Amino acid sequence: MKTIDLSVATTRDLNQALHAPAEALAAREWLVTHPGGKHNLAVGVNEALSITIDGHAGYYCAGMNQKADITVLGNVGVGVAENMMSGSVRVRGSASQAAGATAHGGLLVIEGDAGARCGISMKGVDIVVGGNIGHMSCFMGQAGRLVVCGDAGDALGDSLYETRIYVRGTVKSLGSDCIEKEMRPEHLAELAELLDQAGFDADPASFRRYGSARQLYNFKVDNASAY
Amino acid sequence: MCGIVGLYLKNPALESQLGTLFEPMLLAMTDRGPDSAGFAIYGDEVRDGWIKLTLQSAGDFDWKALMGALEGRLGCSLEWFQNASAAVLKTNAGEAEVRAALVELAPGVRVMSVGQSIEILKGMGLPAEISERFSLAKMKGSHIIGHTRMATESAVTMEGSHPFSTGQDLCLVHNGSLSNHFRLRQELRRHGIEFETDNDTEVAAGYLTWRLREGDSLKQALDHSLQDLDGFFTFAIGTRDGFAVIRDPIACKPAILAETDDYVAMASEYQALASLPGIEQARVWEPEPATLYIWERPRAA
Repeated sequence: MKTIDLSVATTRDLNQALHAPAEALAAREWLVTHPGGKHNLAVGVNEALSITIDGHAGYYCAGMNQKADITVLGNVGVGVAENMMSGSVRVRGSASQAAGATAHGGLLVIEGDAGARCGISMKGVDIVVGGNIGHMSCFMGQAGRLVVCGDAGDALGDSLYETRIYVRGTVKSLGSDCIEKEMRPEHLAELAELLDQAGFDADPASFRRYGSARQLYNFKVDNASAY
Repeated sequence: MCGIVGLYLKNPALESQLGTLFEPMLLAMTDRGPDSAGFAIYGDEVRDGWIKLTLQSAGDFDWKALMGALEGRLGCSLEWFQNASAAVLKTNAGEAEVRAALVELAPGVRVMSVGQSIEILKGMGLPAEISERFSLAKMKGSHIIGHTRMATESAVTMEGSHPFSTGQDLCLVHNGSLSNHFRLRQELRRHGIEFETDNDTEVAAGYLTWRLREGDSLKQALDHSLQDLDGFFTFAIGTRDGFAVIRDPIACKPAILAETDDYVAMASEYQALASLPGIEQARVWEPEPATLYIWERPRAA
């Protein structure tokens, strides 16, 4: 295992070491100490590395991740795992706003709460949150699954496309074109699998499913006067 | 952008270290605001019936001559000390009299703050320069809020930097920008609020001054601000006994809070809190949108 101590090394030292060509990588397992809330830690990783960040991280932690499994033993700031393509990111604490924004693939697990706009414009990632999520979450979500073991804030799933949302607790309000939908056996099965992957012991039957009413997909001439 | 930091001590034993604890917090927000910086520190209270004013002047200024002239004009008791480009004046004269005399005797001098406890010190330059200029690290007190500015809405000047005074012992720092400040400034002028800059935060400060003058409590004034201020903001408000934090309902602008048995701290980003003692064990959380958070120490009756 390779350890990088950010009380002496810079963020660039860390990221450049993680971006080395596969044959030149110093290790497959990495430990990052004293992160001190610094931004842009372990961004753009492109190899199946295992990276542990021992403390709180700042903005855009693990952004654009491909293949790597990244664990943060603390909280993260804005935009954790934004635009992730594959691999996994696990946050032991809580996440600030826009967690998993625009992410295309992989698994993002937040064991605590996520702030506003969690999963905004998500494009295929799976996000599992152990606690609550903030307002405007999953805004314009296009694909993937969002699982929330706690409560959701205002305007959940506003202008939603095809993301499937599962919430165990209460939803403060639904956004435009987001509706509650029937939980069929295939949904219970995929939810059970997601909870299992995330390591949460929750009963899939205690969740409700939300999705798009698909009324905003196409321009309707009756609405012309609104423009 | 812009950075906000605040530190409120629950444990009075730490009061002698307030400046030392706070300086790295302010400096950590340099990337968010390298144009100008400032802080409002609370402590060194004047006795009942007295007030304390923080004054600033551009360039070299003969404070001794001004204080002598003020004493003669107002026939009051007066103590003062200079801190770089600022002077702190303590007197048993009334605020209105002092302000009127200052306009006449030294029209170039700006009143930064008035109260029994508050001192506002601010200026253009990197946070490290401002901190060094006013010897922040040596300061003592019960609580402090600070700001690092990256100007977006108006000129970079000493007057346009934060904190802004909103009345006796009250001040405001702001991260964000207001979109209805022009119209609101005109309305507030009709209510007799005066403005020195084109700055949007000065309008928010003027708005709070007006609401408080109309009899609102701080909570009511901030609730009204959620209705009347259009734009995005995270505010930290310093009061004589503590500080408050509020974010607009959309909450685009960041804020993070941390609490231990010894202190409550707030910052735009966690990295500004990372230097605080015991932060690893602190309760750390993000304030909810459109929700007022306030910490004030009870005042002995």
